[in-house]
Amino acid sequence: MSNIGQTRTALIRRILEGMGNATPSERRAAFDNGGLAGPVASLVDKVARHADRVTDEDIAAARRSGLSEDQVFEMVVCAAVGQASRQYDAAVAALEAAAGEERA
Amino acid sequence: MRLRILDSGHGLGTKALFALIQMVSRQPVLDVIKLVKYRADFYGGPMSEVTQEAMRGPSAWSVGDRELMAAFVAKTNRSEFCTKAHTAVAQRAYGEGKTVSAWLSDFDSGFDNGVVEEPLRATLLMLGKLTREHAVDADDMRAVHAAGASRQQIEDALAVCFSFNVIGRLADAFGFFVPGPEAFEAGAKYLLTRGYR
Repeated sequence: MSNIGQTRTALIRRILEGMGNATPSERRAAFDNGGLAGPVASLVDKVARHADRVTDEDIAAARRSGLSEDQVFEMVVCAAVGQASRQYDAAVAALEAAAGEERA
Repeated sequence: MRLRILDSGHGLGTKALFALIQMVSRQPVLDVIKLVKYRADFYGGPMSEVTQEAMRGPSAWSVGDRELMAAFVAKTNRSEFCTKAHTAVAQRAYGEGKTVSAWLSDFDSGFDNGVVEEPLRATLLMLGKLTREHAVDADDMRAVHAAGASRQQIEDALAVCFSFNVIGRLADAFGFFVPGPEAFEAGAKYLLTRGYR
């Protein structure tokens, strides 16, 4: 059996709490897809909900709003990991609910 | 690649490694490698640990099954790079008896042609819903159990789904270049012999 519990926690801790060019609160906002404004908010939302629609202009607009390339890199990574984590947590909760009903 | 740092912002040692990869494989370095090697302590290092565990850690699912799940999640996200990359890995892992691309093109019909067997079929459908709608419920999980998947198999499939919902998003957001089939074949060979670390 594979178990990504520890490695996934380490990944999330690193991108949110470790050293970075974007602040921890900005990275947390990207991870949560909430609390951001302007072009970076729209980039992060696209990454989370339909990354296939991200365009050159989305990245360029985030850069023009003042983010460095490293900051864009970090914010996009946080947005992707955040959305995948919400999906994963929702699925594990559904699995728990199904198991709980079987036990009841 | 939409960020210059991901294309050419690596240190000298990493650039030398890229030159070596290019020489040995006779293919351009895939953008996914450039991504994981850029400031590897931030994303590439910790993410590779997750993906290695999900794709190559002990599991009742075969490596081929997990690569098929990866390709299917990528296809559901309309991520061309990851779909092609992991279709190639799954095909190589399964061998010639199965045609992965034909399976994937049948996914809109819910794999009803009977080629993909249970419990893999039900598991793929659940992963597809989770990826598309960002949620599943207890009924969805009961359906996968009823098709014969154990709880551990479902957890293992969710681990694959997590990894590729991250990687596919990054491939599309950063604008990975999609090379020809030879480059993906070289990548598939590498991933089957060396894994994701």
